[in-house]
Amino acid sequence: MNFRFSEKEEAFRQEVRDWLAHEVPPRWHEIDASLWEETDESWIISREFQRKLAKRGWLAPAYPTEYGGANMGHIKRLILAEELAYHFAPVGIETEMAVNWVGMALLHFGDEKQKRDLVPKIAQGETVFCIGYSEPNTGSDLASLQTSAVEKGDEYVINGQKIWCSFAHYADYCWLAARTDNQVPKHQGISIFIVDMKTPGITVRPLINILDRHSFNEVYFDDVHIPKENLVGIKNQGWYQVAMALDYERSNIQTAAGSRKLLDILIDFVKTTERNGKFLSEDPIIRNELAAMATEIEVARMICYRIAWMYSKGLHSNYESSMGMLFASESLRRLADLGLRILGPYGLLDQDSKWAVARGRIMRTCLTALSIGVGGGTNEIQRNIIAMRGLGLPRK
Amino acid sequence: MDLGLTEEQEMLKKAAHDFLSKECPKKLVRELDAGDQGYSPELWKKMANLGWMGLAYPEKYGGNGGSFLDLAILVDEMGYNIVPGPFFSTVVLSGLTILEAGNEEQKKEFLGKIAGGNLIMTLALTELDGTYTAASIKTAATVKDGKYMLNGTKLFVADANVADYILVVARTNAHVKPEKGLTIFLVDTRSPGIKTTVLKTLARDKLCEVVFENVIVPKANIVGQLDRGWPIIEITLKKAAVAKCAEMVGGAQASLDMAVSYSKERIQFGRPIGSFQAIQHYCANMVTDVDGSRFITYKAAWTVSENLPCDMEASMAKAFVSDAFKRVAGLAHQIFGAIGFTMDHDMHLYFRRAKSGELAYGDVDYHRNIIATQLGL
Repeated sequence: MNFRFSEKEEAFRQEVRDWLAHEVPPRWHEIDASLWEETDESWIISREFQRKLAKRGWLAPAYPTEYGGANMGHIKRLILAEELAYHFAPVGIETEMAVNWVGMALLHFGDEKQKRDLVPKIAQGETVFCIGYSEPNTGSDLASLQTSAVEKGDEYVINGQKIWCSFAHYADYCWLAARTDNQVPKHQGISIFIVDMKTPGITVRPLINILDRHSFNEVYFDDVHIPKENLVGIKNQGWYQVAMALDYERSNIQTAAGSRKLLDILIDFVKTTERNGKFLSEDPIIRNELAAMATEIEVARMICYRIAWMYSKGLHSNYESSMGMLFASESLRRLADLGLRILGPYGLLDQDSKWAVARGRIMRTCLTALSIGVGGGTNEIQRNIIAMRGLGLPRK
Repeated sequence: MDLGLTEEQEMLKKAAHDFLSKECPKKLVRELDAGDQGYSPELWKKMANLGWMGLAYPEKYGGNGGSFLDLAILVDEMGYNIVPGPFFSTVVLSGLTILEAGNEEQKKEFLGKIAGGNLIMTLALTELDGTYTAASIKTAATVKDGKYMLNGTKLFVADANVADYILVVARTNAHVKPEKGLTIFLVDTRSPGIKTTVLKTLARDKLCEVVFENVIVPKANIVGQLDRGWPIIEITLKKAAVAKCAEMVGGAQASLDMAVSYSKERIQFGRPIGSFQAIQHYCANMVTDVDGSRFITYKAAWTVSENLPCDMEASMAKAFVSDAFKRVAGLAHQIFGAIGFTMDHDMHLYFRRAKSGELAYGDVDYHRNIIATQLGL
């Protein structure tokens, strides 16, 4: 065992930090738009930032260099992801979706043309995808999806409704899961398509999230004709392709790293804030709770490190990714809750208030955290995976 | 970064697992728990022959030259199987203290005997207020005829009933700050004036009251330097906390394994209870606690092995694992239902140890306070 990063890895971490210190525009920190708080302005800043990241091969570091990646090893990617998240860099869920879900799946299952046309653009931060998985009646039971794609001549015709499509209003393409056979068990009749969002018959309607922002949408498909070659991989094998793509190394270190940053903000606050003639940092209850939180975040970090380490050894994770998401998301919720209690009534103030502390970030995290542990598989689904895949508990 | 064990460590782990499941069955654990001695001299000898006592001591003192991390791996397996007896008191509390602070002669004699399985030792630290603080230590060592004379009462001294020697932390200077006037003495338990009483405890381990009444100790039996004992004890306490975490990780893993296999076998409503989400989610919570505990513990053990400052790591491990093992054992009990509430079932053996481990070498609050200080609070 060795819990130390190599000198080269540490140097890389420093390189990332130095680069971030120069390249994240100051305006980004002023608007402080974290996950689910995107605005048109923040969107433009983050697109621009991601193109800069891409120039260093850091937007899609795992991709082979011929596709615009850096062919970067797992541990360095872990470090990169950790630093980007800790420093609240303008890299949002859209990157995760385009780079890690779509691009990775294309590299595995796409044909040569799809790979050549799309993967480099994803790696350069030029192409935005929205994900068409969930439907109004299809959440955790994703395989029950009903949006249909019917073969007609050299086209597929798509009809149905998708929901929670983040950034569909900015997206160039939809990465769509649709039913191509309804005569077989539900997992065996799903296929994946790439749909140009400019195709006639597509309607995008905003859904305003709990932070009062427009980040996701409903997307309606009404007789949408797409060319046959936009099928990805093998017809009716979509479910397995999606599962494999989701399994592709995701250390999920972002949540733990972001939590550590929030903890550091709270530590600063209690060290500099006096109540009744004493610094909050001297209060035994506050000390105790912050220490508990720091410990949990460290545990979350180790659980996520394990995933990257396993892949670096050529092992595949099984239940470990689910455990990382589960533990880190629940920690974040507790942290946000604790943070609000520590800040007291100041914690309730939003960022445009002159009395706001840390730009209202803690209060907004209380809301954001509700989605961590739901999106990308609820914590209940993660627990099912841990129990059945990890511990071998029976389905029936 | 490498989060895996080396080939040698995997071998050690497997050998320990196989040996203990054969040589230390739960029947023996129950006998030892119920008995007065609390250990099996036969098993002790066999463990010594396997090189376990001296695993983490340098070869020149009769050890195997392993690391603290190796020791943690072994103790993890001992916690998995449950091995009653004075291994922890002798090897961790006493041996590592002598290795840290003893002179060459002491190291040669005592570590050699420990490694050979020929000496049982323990550490007498806590007193009437039950805390791990320098100020709580009132037992006095006064000079008399060129020797020291000990007077006082130590409480919760593990395995003193079978110890050949006790490391006694006593006050040698009452006129300075509490942590500046403490000295560690090697005390032969055959010395006149020592009275040991085994206390009846939750975990049925052998915690003792040890009363010292005019016990004479030669000056040569000081470990480390006069009045400088406390910093040594602080180091020992950190190592003890991490080693205890390793033991608890093993116990938590065993609790999980037992509960999972029971969930697969126990049929209710016509199906294994492990197919119900309520049980599945309990098990998912348990394995998350077990895995998290293992990583935070092994990180601390590695930090100790590397001689790096380990205050933060040791305290994070103890603060987390103390709660986690309790949660795991509690959920395991819930899964076992009524059968777990019997003496015949093994689960209570683990539950008892989860509770006693929680309080050993600093409880959750004690360690969180250290973490807070390390965070700059």
